[in-house]
Amino acid sequence: MRPSAGGRAVSYVVLSVLAVLFLLPFYVIVRNAFSTQQWITAPRWHWLPNVFDLRNVEAIMSDESVQLGRSLLNSAIVSVVQTGATVVISMMAGYALARYSTRAAKAILGLTVFTLMVPTTVTFVPMFVMVSSLGWISTYRGLIIPALFSAFATYLFRTAFADFPKELEESAYLDGANIWSTFWRIVVPNSLGIIAAVGTITFIGSWNAFLWPMLIAQDPEIRTVQLTLSQFMTSQGIRYPAIFTGALIAIIPTLFVFLFLQRWLVQGVTQSGLK
Amino acid sequence: MADAVSVMPQAAHPGRTNAQNRRLWFWAFVGPFLAGLLLFVYIPIGWSLYLSFFDARNTVTPTHFVGLGNYAYLLSDELFLSSMGTFVVFAACIVPLTFAFSLGLALLLRRVTFLQAFFRSSFFLPTAVSYVIASMVWRLSFFNGARFGLANTMLRSLGLDPVNWLGGENYWYWFVLVSLRLWLQVGFYMILFIAGLNAIDPQVYEAAAIDGATGFAVFRSITFPLLRGTSVAVAMLLLINAFQAFDEFFNTLNTVGGYPPYARPPLVYLYLISFGGGTQDLGIGSAGTMILTLVILVFSLLQNRVLAIGADR
Repeated sequence: MRPSAGGRAVSYVVLSVLAVLFLLPFYVIVRNAFSTQQWITAPRWHWLPNVFDLRNVEAIMSDESVQLGRSLLNSAIVSVVQTGATVVISMMAGYALARYSTRAAKAILGLTVFTLMVPTTVTFVPMFVMVSSLGWISTYRGLIIPALFSAFATYLFRTAFADFPKELEESAYLDGANIWSTFWRIVVPNSLGIIAAVGTITFIGSWNAFLWPMLIAQDPEIRTVQLTLSQFMTSQGIRYPAIFTGALIAIIPTLFVFLFLQRWLVQGVTQSGLK
Repeated sequence: MADAVSVMPQAAHPGRTNAQNRRLWFWAFVGPFLAGLLLFVYIPIGWSLYLSFFDARNTVTPTHFVGLGNYAYLLSDELFLSSMGTFVVFAACIVPLTFAFSLGLALLLRRVTFLQAFFRSSFFLPTAVSYVIASMVWRLSFFNGARFGLANTMLRSLGLDPVNWLGGENYWYWFVLVSLRLWLQVGFYMILFIAGLNAIDPQVYEAAAIDGATGFAVFRSITFPLLRGTSVAVAMLLLINAFQAFDEFFNTLNTVGGYPPYARPPLVYLYLISFGGGTQDLGIGSAGTMILTLVILVFSLLQNRVLAIGADR
């Protein structure tokens, strides 16, 4: 079913216009990060930037009142630990739920599927009650630990491991290996695709999270970068170059993940959407 | 499932401890996840259910029992009911728009080969961006109420008056909020549709071509019916995600003076009533959580039901 030459030309025109529109917000971030306040707020819209050095970057990074460097570090700690721990916890649970068919396994699988139906964004009040009574407000523990137990990731791993060829495991058992070492030496190294898929989705979600960090990080020292940018945006007297420079820096890790791990991200999106 | 069990080491570890070992390993693997799920999802929800029957201002161990008072308060609060109305308006805009755009892009991408990967990445790229940063671009650059905002610059060049996009008049803010979410999420659903389209057997199209079917007839009689499972999943996901909208509303509309009285979707309402005042009202917040959780549970059950019907066909 090949479209005609004319039809294909129309497709290219439409796609090109849309691609420009979709990339426009990225361009505007870059333009604002490399402009002066007067240039951005001038009555006439300038398409091109007017600052051609890193002075905006230096200004925002050394601004004590914003503490961008500190929040970037907090975001990095939170999202790296959260991604690693979520993958390990849900991978192990998913494996057990794929390989056992005891009554307990069935009940826990049922609970996992039921949990999928109650998104954690809706239950922020109960989670806050729990975390505040543990005394975890304004701590890394409070930011990270409650988000580690993903029914969604566990379910994805369970589905992937159910299709894992059992012959590989059987040969390990014949060699005398136990479940633990078989899992880590045989199953995990052969499941890097699903691990990368869950990992990229978790990392992007964690780096970009807003509501939960806003509730927990009440102390400015522990703020993640999204919170810092949000506070900066709603404060009085907006400094446009500074705030967009902050956005440009904050967007780099997820764009990096996107560009280099896009294949796994696509797989993660497909599996998460059509679970 | 049954033959999955036979994989486990039986020959390697003979004797009485084998079954016990197997059980221990099961709990070692599943224990951390199960404990976390109970501690951070189910116990909190139970605790919240308890709190929802109490006056729990600034406390998590309340003593003043109010029965269904918090629920009665919410269900008679005009702001709560209007937050549901806000969700309905938002969903009525964003669900069909995202659906049509993401399916349209997926179909359009199939028509080209040169630069296809570039186009697909361009539409998918916003998935990596946070709602905070998208709100920043939309609020401060595209739809800035001042004259230098991009939208207002364009209006001015057409000889029109600038618009205070987020100020509340004429519902202009819907334009900002819907276009923002559309930009950010359309690529995600486009990927789902691409996967759905790739799953259709090419032989079906070849057969249709032999029968002389072309263009829209092929889409209507082959592509769309065979895409039914994906379509239903996408529509329900869009609905459930629209119900959870918070970040972009909060970041485009919140100011130093507080959140404006309009455009408060359910989660923004719940946040403001639980944490927004000078006090934390966890009793009201808990009752609100119970109601919203129930609503979303109904959506999810509906989704499973519709998907099950789709699978039968």
